[in-house]
Amino acid sequence: MLGPVLVLAAVLLVAVVASLAIGPRALPVSIVWDALVATDPTNPDHLVVTEVRVPRTVIGLLAGLALGPAGVLAQGLTRNPIAEPGILGLNTGAALAVVLAIGLLGLRSLTAYVWFGFLGAALAALVVAGVAGVGRLGNGRSASSPGTLALAGAALTAGLGSITTAMLLTDPDAFEDYRFWQVGSLAGRDLGIAGQAAPFVAAGLALALMCGPTLNALALGDDVARSFGRRVGRDRSVCGLALVVLTGAATAAAGPIAFVGLTVPHLVRGLAGPDHRRLLPLAALAAPTLLLAADVLGRVVAAPREVQVGIVAAIVGAPVFIVLVRRKRFAR
Amino acid sequence: MTAQPALHEATTTAAGSAILHQVRAAARRRRLVAGAGLSAIALLAFLLAVSLGEYPIAPGDLLSSLVGAGPARVEFVVTRLRLPRALAGLAVGAALGLAGALFQRLLRNPLASPDIVGVGAGASTGAVVAIALFGASGAVVSGAAVLGAVASTVLIVSLSRGRAGAGLHGVRFVLIGVGVSSALLAVISWLMTSASLTTAQQTLLWLTGSLNAVTWTSTVPLLVACAVLVPAALVAARALPRLELGDDAAAALGLPVERARTTILALAVLLVAAAVAVAGPVSFVALVSGPVAARLAGPGRGSLPHAALTGAALVLVADLVARHLLGAVSLPVGVVTGVIGAPYLLWLLARSQRRFG
Repeated sequence: MLGPVLVLAAVLLVAVVASLAIGPRALPVSIVWDALVATDPTNPDHLVVTEVRVPRTVIGLLAGLALGPAGVLAQGLTRNPIAEPGILGLNTGAALAVVLAIGLLGLRSLTAYVWFGFLGAALAALVVAGVAGVGRLGNGRSASSPGTLALAGAALTAGLGSITTAMLLTDPDAFEDYRFWQVGSLAGRDLGIAGQAAPFVAAGLALALMCGPTLNALALGDDVARSFGRRVGRDRSVCGLALVVLTGAATAAAGPIAFVGLTVPHLVRGLAGPDHRRLLPLAALAAPTLLLAADVLGRVVAAPREVQVGIVAAIVGAPVFIVLVRRKRFAR
Repeated sequence: MTAQPALHEATTTAAGSAILHQVRAAARRRRLVAGAGLSAIALLAFLLAVSLGEYPIAPGDLLSSLVGAGPARVEFVVTRLRLPRALAGLAVGAALGLAGALFQRLLRNPLASPDIVGVGAGASTGAVVAIALFGASGAVVSGAAVLGAVASTVLIVSLSRGRAGAGLHGVRFVLIGVGVSSALLAVISWLMTSASLTTAQQTLLWLTGSLNAVTWTSTVPLLVACAVLVPAALVAARALPRLELGDDAAAALGLPVERARTTILALAVLLVAAAVAVAGPVSFVALVSGPVAARLAGPGRGSLPHAALTGAALVLVADLVARHLLGAVSLPVGVVTGVIGAPYLLWLLARSQRRFG
């Protein structure tokens, strides 16, 4: 356990430094350090670090802390290797709710619409869980098939997206804001947003870290879990709550970012094996690294233009998804 | 089924075949009634689409102008402005409905319609690239959409083939389609953020699916494509009942399984591409038509033409609503099908839990 933690922490540190130093204006590490410890408000290099790169790095850390464990929770709860908040449609649920809050209710601050993010993610989770029969596993039924789950999520995404489009077509102002928000980006958010999202991420993370034993028991099937004295329904609800809080907070802070929650648990499983008590904290360490790396890549790959982190994540993550699907054997 | 063992009394066999005959006749009657009903709805919507509008046209004038003997003014409005749009609505709906039903039966999943498994996303990506990067419009956008649909399907098919050349796998095809779809949607989002607001709105309008800009130049190729593809697809679909028995049974019955499946898939993709090229990805038509048709006409081979009819009726009615709901503002038809389709989808999802959980 200690080995992987140290390795992941070291890699995360590198990612944080890279996120502070690399960009349209590349800065040496010494200047970054000066900017952090002895800020000179007249030095443009220092201002780039403190005003632009620190906020976006912090947002990336927060979103990663939330999305990594959320992916582990989603895969553990559904016992399905391709489950992920984005694939399941939770992101879209949160996104639509946030857009409704912005467009119809005129809410502008994160503290106001973060609740809508939770609500949207929760509703989407309930619908997908209901469809795929997640809550009924083990009662003489086989696990919900990956196909049903992914299709339910994709269909939900299409349905919610259609409603969103109908709204946006009639409201150009909302569309102008939305088209930049919907790709999932770490840029243009200030530290205030990070401060508002942090308590939710912390609470969701605490809840998620307690879910390790539960997920281990659930992995054996509901009946076995019950025979260990677990109250399966309650345990599942607690994990689901953590999943919804984490997804909702990450989406409210950074917009919908897919595939991070899918990729990270698989990477971490390669390092630490299938024990969820290890997977959850390690995923929380690894996901911010991936997110920051994707963000840095997006800054340089199409310079001077920027590719938002949600898009880099999807383009890097979709092949991972496809490899996972190809590796799996399906009963016909 | 004719050579009954001698244990059976001749009378029992006769009674059995009489019952079978009755059941079959009832099923045929139901299909006919459903088909007639759907055709009537589509025809009515078609006639309303041609006669309603800023310049209303009386039924008498409409008929005479359709045969080329009406007043010049009426004839201009009918044949130049409204007829291409109504015909395009008919063809788009029929193509999407038929293609959706083919996908759903081929992949054996009521959710596996082309717009969800990545074909629609491929067509959209092609068109958005053409609009946002090259400032294209009209026929170029249509061509790009067709190209995108075909390319994305080829990609999905080649990725979903097993390592040992084990053929097209249903579940894997669907899942890989979802994955490819997500990546393509990310590309679309990025193109939308890097475009100007006007271009982005034009793109969004296209992505919703609209018949507002349809003229004869886009309708004629669509009609030609449908005249070729729809009969071909119906013929190819004769293999579906055997395919539905499973690959081994179908092969034992002498069906070249792989070729039959590829043919059906290719025709369905081309149908989607032809429709999307003209109207954009009109949401939910492909998803909804098959199940609705099966519900109306009973399952079986009869439901494919019904799916096409359902799609046509759906698009025509939705376009009528879109044109006249808000008075002067003509909504894109995709908004209406989306508003109808989303609740239907939720219902379908809730119900499908029982059928294949």
